[in-house]
Amino acid sequence: MQFFLEVLIGGLLSGVMYSFVALGFVLIYKASGVFNFAQGAMVFFAALTFVGILEMGVPFWGALILAFGAMVLLGIGTERIVLRPMVNQPPIALFMATIGLTFFVEGLAQAMWGASVRGLDLGIQDEPIEWMMETTGIGVSKFDLFAAGVAAVLVTALALFFQYTRVGRALRAVADDHQAALSIGIPLQTIWRIVWAVAGFVALVAGLIWGARNGVQFALVFTALKALPVLILGGFTSVPGAIVGGLIIGSTEKLAEVYLGAYVGGGIDSWFPYVMALAFLLVRPEGLFGEKHIDRV
Amino acid sequence: MTTTTQHGEAADRYLTINNIEVIYDHVILVLKGVSLEVPKGRIVALLGANGAGKSTTLKAISNLLGAERGDVTKGDIVFKGTRVDRMTPNELVKRGVIQVMEGRHCFAHLTLEENLLCGAYTRGISRTELRQSLEMVYHYFPRLKQRRMTQAGYTSGGEQQMCAIGRALMAKPEMILLDEPSMGLAPQIVEEIFEIVRNLNQSERVSFLLAEQNTMVALRYADFGYILENGRVVMEGDAKELAANEDVKEFYLGLSSAGRKSFREVKHYRRRKRWLS
Repeated sequence: MQFFLEVLIGGLLSGVMYSFVALGFVLIYKASGVFNFAQGAMVFFAALTFVGILEMGVPFWGALILAFGAMVLLGIGTERIVLRPMVNQPPIALFMATIGLTFFVEGLAQAMWGASVRGLDLGIQDEPIEWMMETTGIGVSKFDLFAAGVAAVLVTALALFFQYTRVGRALRAVADDHQAALSIGIPLQTIWRIVWAVAGFVALVAGLIWGARNGVQFALVFTALKALPVLILGGFTSVPGAIVGGLIIGSTEKLAEVYLGAYVGGGIDSWFPYVMALAFLLVRPEGLFGEKHIDRV
Repeated sequence: MTTTTQHGEAADRYLTINNIEVIYDHVILVLKGVSLEVPKGRIVALLGANGAGKSTTLKAISNLLGAERGDVTKGDIVFKGTRVDRMTPNELVKRGVIQVMEGRHCFAHLTLEENLLCGAYTRGISRTELRQSLEMVYHYFPRLKQRRMTQAGYTSGGEQQMCAIGRALMAKPEMILLDEPSMGLAPQIVEEIFEIVRNLNQSERVSFLLAEQNTMVALRYADFGYILENGRVVMEGDAKELAANEDVKEFYLGLSSAGRKSFREVKHYRRRKRWLS
């Protein structure tokens, strides 16, 4: 039982890490209906920029603000150069554009800061919490718990923002119907700039947490792939869905690895989430919390 | 263009469209020189068959053409003495001109109330003011209040049309461009909506330019009418006169001095001969 709990908690917490990346996808998809393939590259860009600025001798908070600024600039640039000329194009064209953007952002990050792997220390150790270890015998990493806390704050803030603010409402309106939003005077360009900036911020947070965990390296780009099953499970349009999806994927992949892996030779946690996503698509294609497609008949 | 200067009364004109030409995709000529005018506080109907250019005219005014690859290539549009044909929809809404699009276009996943709140986006007002505006809209559309927490996608066509008009009202417009409000609605609901339009016109002093295929109803509620055919204005006049006009009766109401006529008997070429020659 103790072992089961430890695996479960470890899985849930690693799921939070996936949620961070999934969140970025959700934000942009929600507000512009674009599946932003470049989200992984943005995570990489953000982490590398942050570390690069840190290495120049700027203190932590200063680097955080500067890196955020860089992400905002990247977002505004994307809106101006990539999205604006493509208004009213089919979604697939926008999707292709974001694939192009991926390679550009990857290249830009490495051109600016070099391609070597860097360490990142957020000052929180990846070690079990002692009193918990002593009282219950379950090892829970301090770092994982910290990441979960950050995720909770981030999601609450985003959910409130989308639900109750004027700009948040406008973001959802734009996602539903560009033309109608335009007709009532919502400036699409401003909205898109805001949403890309927010997605950039989420990418930065994801980059910091992943970077501190695994080192700031090119492999961060592939975090985006792990976010896909999370999105399919949670729904592309739901902020809480990204978190719940992450938790489910994280915990089941670890549990499957531990309890089922032995029968098939192990290593199943790398593909198990995708099988789950596939099965899920058959049953509930809009995801657990995704918006149902409303069609009047 | 010449008419404004000739009469020398440009100052007290409200919305004036001067001889505009609209081309889609650089090749498709849709409006071939349309001129019309909406006096302050009036309801003006823009009538015509499918593809006559009604929606295009409205979109040319509200500047939603750009998103559809349309372009005003000639002429100008003047609202309260300022040229507005190069403004973004956002600027135009702030100046008090807002369009309610054909097919309603509510935000399907937002509740009716959220839809309405979105309408006030350009005003950037406080919560209390927002509440007041909401109450004003609910006053005219009590049905929206009953269903305010329902997602717009799950409401009926009539409710969606009310939501779309209500949403536009939240921007505190002086002039609403209403595109085909009767589309796909039961006659009773159409009456209800036009009653509300008249109400808004009288008590909130909102001017309306409405594009309609339902000639009979539109002329009953409008003060003035224009008839568009093939991208040109072929007839204009007082709504009552238009409704009494023999050609209008025959071509749009299916009536003639010989009594009711079937649609087949209304020969298209006759209409061309009388109006377009």
